[in-house]
Amino acid sequence: MATDAAPTPWKPVEGNGLSARLMNWVANWIADLGEIVNTMILALGDMANFTMATLWWLVMRRPYRGTLLPSCYQIGVLSLPVVALTGVFIGMVLAVQSYAQFRMLGMETRMGAVINMSLVRELGPVLAATMLAGRVGSAMAAELGTMRVTEQIDALSAMGANPIHYLVVPRFLACLVLIPALTTTADFMGVVGGAFYSIGLLDIDSHHYWENSRQFVGLFDLFSGLFKSLFFGAAIALIGCHRGFTCDPGAEGVGKAATSAFVLSFVAILFLDLLLAILLEQVYVLIWPGGASLV
Amino acid sequence: MSLYSAPPNDSSKPLIRLDDLHVRFGQQRVLRGINLDVPRGQTLAVIGESGCGKTVLLKTIIGLVRPTSGTVYFDGRDLASLKQDDLATTRTRFGFVFQQAALFDSLTIGQNVAFPLRRHTDYTEDEIREIVVMRLAEVGLPASVVQKKPAELSGGMRKRVGLARALAMEPEVVLYDEPTTGLDPIMSDVINELILNTRRHHPVAGIVVTHDMRTAQKVADRVVMLYPLARLRDDEPQMLYDGPPSEIEQAPDPRVSQFVRGEARERLMELRTQNGS
Repeated sequence: MATDAAPTPWKPVEGNGLSARLMNWVANWIADLGEIVNTMILALGDMANFTMATLWWLVMRRPYRGTLLPSCYQIGVLSLPVVALTGVFIGMVLAVQSYAQFRMLGMETRMGAVINMSLVRELGPVLAATMLAGRVGSAMAAELGTMRVTEQIDALSAMGANPIHYLVVPRFLACLVLIPALTTTADFMGVVGGAFYSIGLLDIDSHHYWENSRQFVGLFDLFSGLFKSLFFGAAIALIGCHRGFTCDPGAEGVGKAATSAFVLSFVAILFLDLLLAILLEQVYVLIWPGGASLV
Repeated sequence: MSLYSAPPNDSSKPLIRLDDLHVRFGQQRVLRGINLDVPRGQTLAVIGESGCGKTVLLKTIIGLVRPTSGTVYFDGRDLASLKQDDLATTRTRFGFVFQQAALFDSLTIGQNVAFPLRRHTDYTEDEIREIVVMRLAEVGLPASVVQKKPAELSGGMRKRVGLARALAMEPEVVLYDEPTTGLDPIMSDVINELILNTRRHHPVAGIVVTHDMRTAQKVADRVVMLYPLARLRDDEPQMLYDGPPSEIEQAPDPRVSQFVRGEARERLMELRTQNGS
């Protein structure tokens, strides 16, 4: 039973008249649009399958011995310096940017509240995740893409090992577990950077700077930043690994996989950030009905 | 040191059976109506020009590529009907030697060869080390390579490590994907001798995908030739030859002798037409 007959392609309307050309132009436009939508739906479905398979293997079987620690080292330890550096500079830049406005109102000591609130709620998690997407997400896509191109992923399957279990689960787990720690580092270093610039260089009264921070920045703000980071970490690992697994052949394919891993992760981070910000704002209002956040 | 008790050995049944196998990637048809039986202990060479579907055939046999239609039977069981764990266990009965060896870059040579043993056996580390050294010795590599990374070895040595890794679990069938491609003639002959040696020491079936006629003539009991579907009419079979290597030069189909002798013939004209000269 041969079931491999290819679908018949659409044939353009013959003739050189205006109606034929218009018909062909509209048909081509619809076909192109259909192809784009089709590709997007297929990619989304493929990504959903990949995510389900990762979660299934995560729950069903422990990671292979010796795969989790190297991933934690790559993702956590090696990302620490760059994340810390980003935190310090963002804290200082926030101080520089907000000083002029606050000084006009004579409210320089309120800067602590704004800088620290912005850091723990938004900038710490988002920038730590962005750095991780650039450093780790692209590296995952490039490494797994090279493994795909050189048939190493096929070799894993051929030896009875599941590639998702062996390659994706440890990376996913390491990202998920370590991104809150990296976010905390970015937050802390940002707070230090902001305080150093505000108190040390701009001579803002330290007591009121910290007192205002304590008053306005609560545990919920810290929690909301860390909660968001979990989703960012999961997205970075899944997108990076998926791009690597579906990498096109050749050096160009690996390069494209690495680039698209970063771009897609960044878009996913921004999209998730918006969704989670709306959700957490609702939760905040639900818990403290009269409360209003400072920023 | 033997890893498994011998499986139920019904020699009347083929170890591998392909039944009306079709494989298509999107619009591109690669394999059409392939029927093939490989008995235990036989070494089959699959020859054909680049792009005729040899490697896809090999990957379909081990379940890395899903057939569009048709069935692959291994030891009487349909591979598509196996659950994930059963398929993984079944794959340990195969050894696969990849074209570029496909050694894991991040692991040492020793860890590469030990990989399937660590995943699928209860051997102690000492026993695994002993097997690794033994398998490497079988392919002519000293124990000193154990600590090296794949990038430190030459192409020929990597291929030999790939063979040692494929043999680590004492498989019942070894699949070779272009084992001599990219090697010098001497190293090619070394690999051919190792394939023969493997069969002498282990009672394995082998499927060797190659476009090197010397390899096919030297190692195979039987040769099958595939032809690219793009060059065939719909009513023509894709398998142009199925017989002993000694008779392939006398095959009635001129396309078979053209490939065996390596003659360009009408292809040159096609190239000139394409280039407009």
